[in-house]
Amino acid sequence: MNAVIENLPRFIEAFGMTLWLLVLSGACALIIGTVIAAMRISPVPSLSAFANVYTELLRNTPLTLVLFFCAFVLPQLGSRLPYEWAAFIGLTLYTSPFVAEALRSGINGVAVGQAEAARSLGLGFMQSTTLIIFPQAFRMVIPPLINVMIALTKNTSVAGGFFVFELFSAAKELTNANGNAVIAILLAVAAFYLAVTIPLGILSAHLEKKLAVQR
Amino acid sequence: MSASVLFDTPGPRTRRRSRIASVIVVLLIAAGLAWIIYTLAQPRDSSGITLPGYFDESRWDIFVLAELWVRIGEGLLATLQAAAVAAVMALVIGVLFAMLRTSSLAIVRIPTTIVLEFFRGMPVLLMMLFILLVASTGAFWAVVLALGVYNGAIIGESLRAGLAALPRGQREAGLSLGLTGFQSKVFIEFPQAFRQMLPVIIAQLVVLLKDTSLGYIVGYNELIRTTMNNLGSSVGNRYLFSLFLVTLVIYLAVNLSLSAVARRLARRRSPGTMSPKDQITPTASISAVGMSSTNPEDRTTE
Repeated sequence: MNAVIENLPRFIEAFGMTLWLLVLSGACALIIGTVIAAMRISPVPSLSAFANVYTELLRNTPLTLVLFFCAFVLPQLGSRLPYEWAAFIGLTLYTSPFVAEALRSGINGVAVGQAEAARSLGLGFMQSTTLIIFPQAFRMVIPPLINVMIALTKNTSVAGGFFVFELFSAAKELTNANGNAVIAILLAVAAFYLAVTIPLGILSAHLEKKLAVQR
Repeated sequence: MSASVLFDTPGPRTRRRSRIASVIVVLLIAAGLAWIIYTLAQPRDSSGITLPGYFDESRWDIFVLAELWVRIGEGLLATLQAAAVAAVMALVIGVLFAMLRTSSLAIVRIPTTIVLEFFRGMPVLLMMLFILLVASTGAFWAVVLALGVYNGAIIGESLRAGLAALPRGQREAGLSLGLTGFQSKVFIEFPQAFRQMLPVIIAQLVVLLKDTSLGYIVGYNELIRTTMNNLGSSVGNRYLFSLFLVTLVIYLAVNLSLSAVARRLARRRSPGTMSPKDQITPTASISAVGMSSTNPEDRTTE
C-alpha cells in the first residue's frame, strides 16, 4: 500500500495522459465516425463504397498493428510526430469505424415505417433524415456510443506498449521498481481504469432505460 | 439502388447528378491513392544514405525465401493457437458466468455481478500483465488466460441478455412440465439463448483473435512480434514497411473470413428477430440483433 501512496504523483500523471488520449481521440473519432456514417448511408455509390472499405479495413486490423504503424512505420515514411500524437492518431483511426457502426445501427433501429411514412409524405432524403430519422436515432445511439468510449478507455492501455507514459506503462514501471508491492500497484491501476469505465457503464445502462422508445 | 427507403429510385436527372458526384469522388480517391503510392515509390534519404522507394525490388526480395515464410507461418500458428485455446476457455467461462449471473440465489448472483463488472471494466492488457507478474505463467498463458477471462465475461453478459430476451412462457412451460428451475435453464432456456446470441458470440471471437496481437506487448511471439520484431531485426529496417504490409494482409484475410462466417450465421437467424429488409439502410454486418448495448460489433475491444 505504501508503494501506491508514495507514487501517487506518478499515477496521477499517468492517469492524466490516459484521460488526454481518451478525450482527444474520443472527440476526433466522433467527428470522423459521423462523417463515415453519413457517407455510408448516402445515395452516392462511390461514397458508400469508400465508407464500407474504410470500416471493414480498420475494424479487422488489430489495434496493436494500427499503433505499430503510427509509432514505427510512419517515422520511416518521414513523420516527426512524438509518440503521444502517434498514439492519438492510431486510437482515433481505430475507434472511428466503431463510432460509425454505432451510429448506423442506431439509424437501423428506427422502425422502417417511420422512413416510409416520411417518404410517402413527400419528404426528400435530407428532410426525412434530419427531421424524422436522426431525432429518433439520436436517443438510441447514445448508449452504444458510450460503450464505444468505454472500449476506447481500455484501448488507451495499448498505447502504453508504444512509449506513451499512461496508466499501463505506469503499472509496468512501478511494478518493476517495487517488486514487493506488485498486486497493490496493479489493483491501484485497475481502480483508475474502473473509475472511468464503471460510471460510464452505469450512465449507459441508465440512459438506455430512460431513452427507450415505447412502441 | 433500391436498397434504401431513404431515397426514391432515382429518375434520370438524379441519376445523372449522382453519377457525376460518384465520378468526382472516385477521381478524388484515386488521386489520393496515386499520391500515396507516388510518395511511397520515391527514394528517400535516411541519415545520409539514399534508400530506394518502397516498391523497389530491394525492398521485397526477401519474400522469395521459403525460410521467411516458414517463420511467418510459425507466427501465424502461434496467434491461432493462442486464439483457439482462449476461445474455448472464453466459451466455458462465458456459460459459467451466465449461469451464475442468472442464479436465483442472491448470494451467488451479486458477487458474480461484481466480478463480471471488474473484468469487463479493466483493459485486457492490464490483466495480461497481472497474470504475467503475479502468477508468472509465461507469456503464452498470460495471453490465453487474460483473453479467456475477459471475453468470457463479455460472452457471459451477452448470454445473459439472450436469456433475458426469451419469452417468459419458455421458462413457465418448463416449470409446469415439472422441471426444476435449474433443469429448465439448462435444457430449455440456455440452448435457445445460445442460438440467439451465436452471431454475437462469433463476432466476439473475432475480437478475441485480434486481441491476441496484444501478445506483442507482453512478449508472446505471435504474428506481429514474429514479423515486426524478430524478422524485422534480422533482415534489417529496410524491410519494415514490406513486412508491415504482409502482416496487415494476413490479419485481414484471417479476420475477414471469420467475419464472413459470422455474417452467414447471422443471416440464418431464428424467426422473430429483425430481418435485414426491415431496416432503413442495408446491413452488411451483424449489428441487427436488436440488443444494441450487448452487441460486441458496436463495442471497441482491443
